[in-house]
Amino acid sequence: MANTNKTSEKEPSILFVAKEKEPLFSKKNRALLTDPMDDNNPITVQVLGICSALAITVQLKPALVMSISVMAVMAASNVIISLLRNLIPNRIRIIVQLVVVASMVILVDQVLRAFAYDVSKELSIFIGLIITNCIVMGRLEAFALGNGVWESFLDGIGNAAGYGFILIVVAFFRELLGSGKLFGMQVIPDAVYEMGYVNNGLMLLSPMALITVGVFIWIQRSRNRDLIEKN
Amino acid sequence: MEAYLNLFVKSIFIENMIFAYFLGMCSYLAVSKTVKTAVGLGFAVIFVLAITVPINFLLDTYLLRPGALQWLGAEYAEIDLSFLSFIMFIAVIASMVQLVEMIVEKFAPALYGALGIFLPLIAVNCAILGGSLFMQQKDFSGVSESAVYGLGSGIGWLLAIVAIAAIREKITYSNVPAPLRGLGITFIITGLMALGFMSFMGIKL
Repeated sequence: MANTNKTSEKEPSILFVAKEKEPLFSKKNRALLTDPMDDNNPITVQVLGICSALAITVQLKPALVMSISVMAVMAASNVIISLLRNLIPNRIRIIVQLVVVASMVILVDQVLRAFAYDVSKELSIFIGLIITNCIVMGRLEAFALGNGVWESFLDGIGNAAGYGFILIVVAFFRELLGSGKLFGMQVIPDAVYEMGYVNNGLMLLSPMALITVGVFIWIQRSRNRDLIEKN
Repeated sequence: MEAYLNLFVKSIFIENMIFAYFLGMCSYLAVSKTVKTAVGLGFAVIFVLAITVPINFLLDTYLLRPGALQWLGAEYAEIDLSFLSFIMFIAVIASMVQLVEMIVEKFAPALYGALGIFLPLIAVNCAILGGSLFMQQKDFSGVSESAVYGLGSGIGWLLAIVAIAAIREKITYSNVPAPLRGLGITFIITGLMALGFMSFMGIKL
């Protein structure tokens, strides 16, 4: 009972405050977008969403498609959960979240199959695995359940961008060093190959994705020493 | 029999959930600080994978796949419900995890105490949903094959998490460069272990 009372008072006021008093891109809201790119990156700092990320970073194209799909799913499900946040009983919230996320992922999967069939074949099960991508659930739990619609939307976009950033950096290096191409087009000129340069086939193997992320974390943390773990 | 054994070995070593597909990395990184908790989570994963993969196989064969509804009558033969598979699989997994949690709490309170906090985590472990989605792609011929696959993948996951937990326990005594400490070195070690596991690829099964 208390819960429903709170809902009727709280829901409209938060919506209005966000719309009237605060500009859409206030400093706080901009931080929601930019923080996850570096200091609060979902992969390297929050340790979320590594699961389905690394297997698809052999080439740039699937990595880019994956990032966009995750962004769509996260923004949409963050908004939906944020709209429903005062209606969901606490005990069944995980199931509700899973259902919302799964429906969004089905939508994305169907769209990909219709408009980008070969990429969708290449990503195979990894689109489906966005459902259990900890990044989506993690942000729903940590942010969308307690914040307004617009902030949740920004948080979703920001975190997905931070995730996509890592994916694209890893895919860039793996495709460039592993096969000398970017987006499937050759970028290393033939003259270099004639001088004896050889593609590093090791970069195409899955373990190198982990090592590339490890090196990325190393660089990030030596730049920003606050992030160093005490062990 | 031999086919089952092949599938079992293949799912443990060659197609190891973590080292070949990076599935379940989140809990793998978060829960691998001590061997004891790693073993607990590993067994919970084996348990849930071995139950949910066969159940999802039955769902896929008799409900979702194109032509699966033929047993209802000829007019249903053309229905293709495969677009529903994500939501069906995740629903099965979430409810199975809940059920397993209740059963364990009732009949093995000691085990529940040890696994308790990990069981809800498992619902969102990518390895579990990944097992079911791979099962869907592999066209297994029967329930028993999918059960063997689920069990094998679970054991492979347990092996991986116990190994990394043991290494991380030891590595606290070594002098790792400060920015690499914790997450960074764990990634690199996992990469090296994955390189080691690639040697199993040469086995012809």
